[in-house]
Amino acid sequence: MEVYLDNSSTTRCYPEVKEVVIQAMTEDFGNPSSMHKKGIEGERLVKRSKELLAGLLKVKEKEIVFTSGGTESDNLAVLGGAAARKRAGNHIITTKIEHPAVAEPVKYLEARGLCVTYLSVDKRGRISLKELEEALREDTILVSIIHVNNEIGSLQPIEEAAAIIKKKNKNILFHVDAIQSFGKYRIYPKKIGIDLLSISGHKFHGPKGIGALYIHEKVNLSPLLFGGGQQQGIRSGTENVPGIAGLGEAAKKVYENFEEKREHLYCLKKKLMGSLEEIEGLVINGIADPITDTAPHIVSVSVEGVKSEVFLHALEERGVYVSAGSACSSNKKRTSETLKAIGLSQKLLDSTIRFSFSEENTLEEVTYTVRCMKEVIPVLRKYVGR
Amino acid sequence: MFTAFLIKYGEIGIKGKNRYLFEDALVRQIRLALDRVEGEYQVSKSQGRIYIECLEEFDIDDVVEELKTVFGIVGICPVIYVEDKGIEQLAQDVIHYIDNVYTDKRKTFKVNARRARKNYPIPSMEVNKELGGALLEAFPDLSVDVHNPDILLNVEIREKIYIYSKVIPGPGGMPVGTSGKAMLLLSGGIDSPVAGYMIAKRGVAMEGVYFHAPPYTSERAKEKVIELAKIVSKFSGPIHLHIIHFTNIQLSIYEKCPHDELTIIMRRYMMRIGEKIAKERGCLGLVTGESIGQVASQTMQSLRATNEVCELPVYRPLIGFDKQEIVEIAEKIGTYEVSIQPFEDCCTIFVAKHPVTKPNVNRIRHSERNVREEMEELMKTALQTKEVLEITG
Repeated sequence: MEVYLDNSSTTRCYPEVKEVVIQAMTEDFGNPSSMHKKGIEGERLVKRSKELLAGLLKVKEKEIVFTSGGTESDNLAVLGGAAARKRAGNHIITTKIEHPAVAEPVKYLEARGLCVTYLSVDKRGRISLKELEEALREDTILVSIIHVNNEIGSLQPIEEAAAIIKKKNKNILFHVDAIQSFGKYRIYPKKIGIDLLSISGHKFHGPKGIGALYIHEKVNLSPLLFGGGQQQGIRSGTENVPGIAGLGEAAKKVYENFEEKREHLYCLKKKLMGSLEEIEGLVINGIADPITDTAPHIVSVSVEGVKSEVFLHALEERGVYVSAGSACSSNKKRTSETLKAIGLSQKLLDSTIRFSFSEENTLEEVTYTVRCMKEVIPVLRKYVGR
Repeated sequence: MFTAFLIKYGEIGIKGKNRYLFEDALVRQIRLALDRVEGEYQVSKSQGRIYIECLEEFDIDDVVEELKTVFGIVGICPVIYVEDKGIEQLAQDVIHYIDNVYTDKRKTFKVNARRARKNYPIPSMEVNKELGGALLEAFPDLSVDVHNPDILLNVEIREKIYIYSKVIPGPGGMPVGTSGKAMLLLSGGIDSPVAGYMIAKRGVAMEGVYFHAPPYTSERAKEKVIELAKIVSKFSGPIHLHIIHFTNIQLSIYEKCPHDELTIIMRRYMMRIGEKIAKERGCLGLVTGESIGQVASQTMQSLRATNEVCELPVYRPLIGFDKQEIVEIAEKIGTYEVSIQPFEDCCTIFVAKHPVTKPNVNRIRHSERNVREEMEELMKTALQTKEVLEITG
């Protein structure tokens, strides 16, 4: 049995997405900037995706910019936002549990003299709105908060946060990294008071290498890429038309029967969490009550006495694919800032794995996974490094 | 402008009556190497030389790069060849050659003509004189130095006339396939691929064995070993890589033997398995990347303890090398970058915090008794379930 439970890493493309990507690669392959008919065909695909996305987010089409993915969207928001608002102040607020695509550009700015406040989180992985309110300063120019954390699935109160930020000063840019949450929640950035919102295609059954950034029409970002002036000059470079077409289609599909799908995900999550309670020495990270205060698709688990990497490979041998909660980000080892921020004990940092569901997973798969874990854990615990 | 290469070889020139065996092996290896570059080449052997003629357009840098992986080659000389149209034309050809190859003409030179075709009407000395004179006239900056010239211009008169002056050093050693075959114990580390390279350099063909321990070592660690084998095989020729599933053996040792002796006992079983496959495959020895004192399992005492389990000779070409010296070779042959990827972190549980550095052989033998019985079966299974990959560079 093959069970893919690593959907926060990436997802399988919808078949419909594959079709539109192929169509865009082989038939409507024109460059949107070309003046002839072929170019117009390409442009039409870009426009369709913009319409779909703008419709889902309830924003204007011109407020959507396509990027090469989540990392570029986050970088453009943070670096482009900070550069554009340089004259207004020198202070940024973010959280201790951001994805590196936000944390690293923030660090880059900090090294160049910007002042940064990192909001702490409680053991559920939630920021405190009071702390946010107190952190806001006269010279704050940007606040960046991750909506759903990618490692433990904690959910931030972005609506309330937006209200607090905008009450303080409506010119403060508010960026939300919605890469894990788009497709799992209905998000209306403009209504809430979010200025910048990052999404990534391959996290919701779209292609890799494509992302988008919502930019409020009144916000002027400084570009990161310079060139032919495509996408109103904010993101030069020939549009990745197949990717854009695929992202639009995926966005449309993921919000079809949306409530049902989310209910299904919560169902899987509850089932997994419930079954895991029986295993001794196992901790589920970032639990909140009610469960709907956490993302529907992510479960982070620490298993005492079992190294995450070995655990992962042992499950892999049984066809179950998960992520090591922190550990190897493919090449180099780093301990997870998020797990540290929720106060996970040192000995569990290296023993954390992440399950992440998609709509394609089933209850049977969860049952099978739990059975595998119960098989594997005692064996692995027997051989602990001394 | 070059259209051919003259290959110089060293040691094999002195191998007496077996010489043709060595030359044939070298030609074979050169052909294999050239298969990896674009273009069509004709490799021929005549009168103690190997020539490569390039029949199509080719990239000289790519060809030289590949030839540098062929053991037995001492020098690679890029050559141009011209038709014999009389000495005047030859003088023009030589002038043309110097003009193209050397932009700075303030150099000393010497012409070294050789008549392989003895019916050529002008004696070699005369040819030297004629061509030297023509060059001096054409390029006033040139001067003659017969003892230690900057440019030694070789002119070989055969059916066609070959002109060359540059010698690019080759890797030396002996052509692979002239010295039998050895079994390389390949880990993902820095040392073992270098050890394989060193032994291949002496003309030895290679097979490899890798001990895979899922889930303690990942699929990526295996991929990495395959990639290392691929690089080594560029030098050694195709490698049969035997992948042994080692987990159960490791766990059994872990369970029943003292933990400070884990590594030694594990290595003893690796040697035993390596030797079994080696004998089955007709290998004449084992090769490891060990170097005295590098880690606990490579002290003199530890080597003594791992060495005693096999009967075949164990070649340890890095035995007297410092780490830095090994790294330098690894960088040169291109295995370093691959070796340093950190993938087998997860097998750290099999490394004791304080392993014995001076194991007592008797004690090790004694500890091993705890697993001996089940090990027969486990080793048999490991050998039966091994995976074999054919790796070519």
